[in-house]
Amino acid sequence: MSAAPTAGAGTAARVREAIRVANADGRAALVVYLPAGYPDLVTSRACLEAAAEAGADLLEVGFPYSDPLMDGPTIQLANQVALDQGLTPRDDFAMCAQLAGRVGAPALVMTYFNLAWHYPPAPAGAEPGGIDGFAADARAAGLAGAILPDLPVEEAGPWRAVAERHELATVFLAAPTSTDARLAALADASTGFVYATSTLGVTGERQTLSGMAAPLVERLRGVTDKPVCVGIGVTTPAHATEVAGFADGVIVGSAVVEAAGRGGPEAVRDLVASLARGCRRG
Amino acid sequence: MSATHVPVGGHFGRFGGRFVPEALVQALDDLEAAFHAAQADPAFAQRLARLQADYGGRPTPLYLAERLTAYGGGARIYCKREDLAHTGSHKLCNVLGQGLLAQRMGKPRLIAETGAGQHGVATATIAALLDLDCVVYMGEEDCRRQRLNVVRMQLMGAEVVPVRTGTRTLKDAISEALRDWVTNVETTHYLIGSVVGPHPFPLIVREFVRVIGTEIRAQVLEHEGRLPDAVIACVGGGSNALGAFHPFVDDEGVRLVGVEAGGGGLHTGRHAATLSGGSEGILHGAHSFVLQDEYGQVQPTHSVSAGLDYPGVGPEHAWLRDTGRAEYLAATDAEALEGFRLLCELEGIIPALEPAHAVVPALRLAGELGPDGVVVLNLSGRGDKDVDEVLEVLELTEGARVPTNPAGEGRPGAEAPTDPAGEGGS
Repeated sequence: MSAAPTAGAGTAARVREAIRVANADGRAALVVYLPAGYPDLVTSRACLEAAAEAGADLLEVGFPYSDPLMDGPTIQLANQVALDQGLTPRDDFAMCAQLAGRVGAPALVMTYFNLAWHYPPAPAGAEPGGIDGFAADARAAGLAGAILPDLPVEEAGPWRAVAERHELATVFLAAPTSTDARLAALADASTGFVYATSTLGVTGERQTLSGMAAPLVERLRGVTDKPVCVGIGVTTPAHATEVAGFADGVIVGSAVVEAAGRGGPEAVRDLVASLARGCRRG
Repeated sequence: MSATHVPVGGHFGRFGGRFVPEALVQALDDLEAAFHAAQADPAFAQRLARLQADYGGRPTPLYLAERLTAYGGGARIYCKREDLAHTGSHKLCNVLGQGLLAQRMGKPRLIAETGAGQHGVATATIAALLDLDCVVYMGEEDCRRQRLNVVRMQLMGAEVVPVRTGTRTLKDAISEALRDWVTNVETTHYLIGSVVGPHPFPLIVREFVRVIGTEIRAQVLEHEGRLPDAVIACVGGGSNALGAFHPFVDDEGVRLVGVEAGGGGLHTGRHAATLSGGSEGILHGAHSFVLQDEYGQVQPTHSVSAGLDYPGVGPEHAWLRDTGRAEYLAATDAEALEGFRLLCELEGIIPALEPAHAVVPALRLAGELGPDGVVVLNLSGRGDKDVDEVLEVLELTEGARVPTNPAGEGRPGAEAPTDPAGEGGS
């Protein structure tokens, strides 16, 4: 199914629309990941803003978790810096709400399922906790969707239902090891885009782009017409150009996180601008 | 509760499941298929049984601990001597099964996590035996606490990788092993060491360790002509306990008692008693109980024993507790050290600190049951590895000794035949 996104069709549609607009402009959409609270909450918001201003079409806001299984050293370390400040998902949502008022690019939360599953009820008790409360607060913070990399499609029924109710885009990960039947199922469950992992492995910078990415995207094209973005190990503008040749979007995380740690919003701006140029086709 | 206790869709009741990155799902499906194929293959069962016996030293004895029984003054206490199995703990049962499974799947490389080092040693052992590459992830803090086991693993050709992330203990070793597996899944089998992790691991590990309980059942029938009143075991992830419990699950007259690590005491927050002090959550791929804060961030744990120092617990234990079939309590570090000393001095057995947690609760249980009762304590491993740690802790705490009978609280009535505390330093 590919209902044409229209104004008022819900926040999930904003994600697909942002990718479609970029593609119509002759480039792959650039998706930039940065963790909330790194190096502190205010600077992380400034970094996300800088990324949007420099050409990111979509933002992924990482909510730090104590046991990030899919993350390599760069993002683990950034997570730990945020956690050591005592920041909670509620603080992260508050930052996202401010961000939403300042940038046009849709933002998605990216975190591990336990933070949603175990989300506490609001102190006043008006809201439920758990995935329902998490989704409600994500929507209230102006987020357009969520990426939960440790939630495979078989376990995702309850999450898909609340995401639909709160009009949040769902994004499922596809791996080079996924069977065609699984690719079809996870693409069907994704209302935002399909996140194709370029390689087997955790997040982190890589010298060269894995040869597994293009064949995976090709296989996804056989089962879905939803947008496919490629992440994990996409590091340089040259990688972005390579991915832009076969995918609808390019996801960059660790390299931007490294820039944020090294030079704050200005370093993020410079790197994202060059990545955005790399996303141009032809 | 069904008679077979096969998890439905990978779930034990609402617990269990498979919360992992997509890259691992196919490997878990392949593992499940290979496991069921192996279970149906008599040649596999035969080879496993032969190795368990000739290489592993099974069946391990069930030993009536007469002096411990006399000290307790209540029910007869039997020790299941897993400390006498090859590598010094029950861990070999699981690694033999999974090692053969890895070989059957054509995976040339094993990875494992380890806390106390017992599972790492067992994995290194089977890797040497089956000529497989082996990498063991071990928290930096645990490498220090369990140096002897690090050396044992290295002697058998394993690479030990100290884990410096997070709390630098078992939890982080599992996370690091899962990261390795995500990366190298095509060539590697993750030989998980307990009944934790995503489906089908909790099922597979349970099936390979349930030989412990099967032996206990036959042995206690032989000694006593009846089933025991209670089976008691320590619980970290919970593999030795589930192995001991499982063949008794349908025998409603047999109490199943799990003992978690109470650390400094549940009220201090410094403990690893996940079922007693935790809440439901998702950790390392499964829905179970987790020691976590109100936002779901996993919390640092504390236990004198590295093997129990884990903020999660196997999903089947969560389910057994939920259904009321098994009961779970906590023993503090001080109680574990007392249990350690009692077994050393009364029985001439140096136990691992993990099962030492179950000794004082077993004495209490024996007191409750009275002289006609029968209690089986699963002595899951030997304690050579713990001697340095015990000495250090004792020196730090009590000068040299922990009290034999802390404030006399709830201890079985009988007097100790001798005062083992009264004989000076160690």
